[in-house]
Amino acid sequence: MGQTTSKAQATEILQPVTEDAQASGGEKKHPKAGQIIWKIVQYAILVITSIITLLPLVVALFGSLKTSSEFNSTNVLALPKNFFNFSNYVTAFIDGNMLTGFLNTCIILVFSLVATILTGTMTAYVLNRFKFPGRKLVNNLFLLASLIPSITMQMSVFQIISKMGLFNNRLSVILLYAGTDIISIYIFLQFLENIPTSLDESAIMDGASYFKIYTKIIMPLLKPAIVTVIIIKGVGFYNDFYTPYLYTPKPALQTISTALFAFKGPYGARWEVICAGAIITMIPTLIIFLLLQKQIYSGMTQGAVKE
Amino acid sequence: MEEKKKNALVEFFSRRAVQKWVIVILFLIIPIALLVVFTYLPLFDMVGYSFFKWNGTSKQKTWIGLNNYIEVFTRPEYLKVLKTSIYYFIGSIVQIILALFFATILNYKIKGRNFFKGVIFFPSLLNGVAIGLIFLLFYKGGGTLDSVLTMLGIPQQALPLWLGDVALVNISLVFVSVWRYMGQNMVMFNGAIQSVNTELLEAASLDGANKWQQFWYIILPNIKTIVSLNLILAVKGAISVYEIPMIMTNGANQSATFVMKTLDTAFTSRKIGLASAMGVVLLVFIMIVTFIQKRFIEGKEED
Repeated sequence: MGQTTSKAQATEILQPVTEDAQASGGEKKHPKAGQIIWKIVQYAILVITSIITLLPLVVALFGSLKTSSEFNSTNVLALPKNFFNFSNYVTAFIDGNMLTGFLNTCIILVFSLVATILTGTMTAYVLNRFKFPGRKLVNNLFLLASLIPSITMQMSVFQIISKMGLFNNRLSVILLYAGTDIISIYIFLQFLENIPTSLDESAIMDGASYFKIYTKIIMPLLKPAIVTVIIIKGVGFYNDFYTPYLYTPKPALQTISTALFAFKGPYGARWEVICAGAIITMIPTLIIFLLLQKQIYSGMTQGAVKE
Repeated sequence: MEEKKKNALVEFFSRRAVQKWVIVILFLIIPIALLVVFTYLPLFDMVGYSFFKWNGTSKQKTWIGLNNYIEVFTRPEYLKVLKTSIYYFIGSIVQIILALFFATILNYKIKGRNFFKGVIFFPSLLNGVAIGLIFLLFYKGGGTLDSVLTMLGIPQQALPLWLGDVALVNISLVFVSVWRYMGQNMVMFNGAIQSVNTELLEAASLDGANKWQQFWYIILPNIKTIVSLNLILAVKGAISVYEIPMIMTNGANQSATFVMKTLDTAFTSRKIGLASAMGVVLLVFIMIVTFIQKRFIEGKEED
């Protein structure tokens, strides 16, 4: 009995193998030709897509290195005569207020990120590690808030910021960045779930206070999550346009985005300066991307899924 | 002896309990204050404003009941902008299909894989204003696109105004959006595809399944959840677009979106009540989509 089954199995196994061998043997030449064509098509598509992706950026780079008369007399695709003509960059930086923009963006970035990380880790620590009446309510309040797109409520947010006297004050932007950010709380919460509570418990046995546990155990262990939040939020804050546009329109308070947007008026016809401004804005992004590629890929994926 | 020990223990616990409350209150007070002041207060205010006629600064607020809502749903100029969203939604579908394609081919061993992945992804990190300005140069008469097309043999006179033609402007703007975000979808899909069992793909390949069959029968079913999540996010994204069209055309030639119209009503026309009603409508719509998303995704996970 046992023998017959194994024999039957053997033939069953054998048959498809021979069929496979025949199939692949018979078609051996075709798939190879097909595979080569597919490979070529694949590369062609990738190269064309890369060109489409890079062309607008490269044209802007070329434009930024041309003189005004050169820009107006040559084709946009033409190479600049002098690759070291940085005069447009100087114009953009100084006359175009971009230096101020960078400074303001840096100030806002530092304070918003610190505030986001502190409030995010504190909230996540308390919600994850303590049971207290009202915990579920707080949790749900944050969850519900994450579903409300803040752009739809700017008319009433504006009234509140005005009443607080924060219009044309950097603090308005910082508070709005730190105060309406829910994604990072979720990233921290998720990360905390994988940090065993036994670590806290043994520290409690040693007499450590909760505050000490937060600063000495939780914060260091949250480091990878903090890096993720800094990347996602940092990129978001750096690129954000509408918040500073609405709340800090004063030229002295312009961020990199609003300073660049202001180029549309006075430099409307001076494309070479506009190009320089755009390139200046992109350089920090490029550097960060080249340095932190892996973390950025995983961070962006996490952040997007959380929404 | 026993009594003393018990007392000490009680004291220990009570001290811990006190400490617990101190830390809970201390750590939550600021985040909750921010949450209330910048999310819930504006939400309630917005709903309240939507029943009034108000310019945002004057002391005089006139109660007009549902009139703002009636205006939103009956005045064609407010509903017409919703049509713009259809362009962005179709664009998002194209974007997701392209992202799936690139995520799949970049999953196989291919030379320069990291380079291509990096190039396609990079725009999603860039500043929106910089992108807007660069694409103004891209689309302007004699700009990047025109130059490429004339190089390919199309005469300059035959080229349209990419941002000036009502029939084209939204397609041009949607292209910018696809250019900007496709790489982000691709990286997300790529991450999901990498968790698909490679042995399964190898076995299928040995059985003679071609790349298309491998994609359709093995890869796609395995990443279904993330693809449907992205489709739903695309609906939400399409309805709340504003940045790129605001920077590039400021709504000219019928390129205004619903969010732009709302902001414009609030901050240019100074009709806070009407803008609030628009905000409420948008919010309700997004909530419905989110509810469907939760149902859908949670249903998937239960399977």
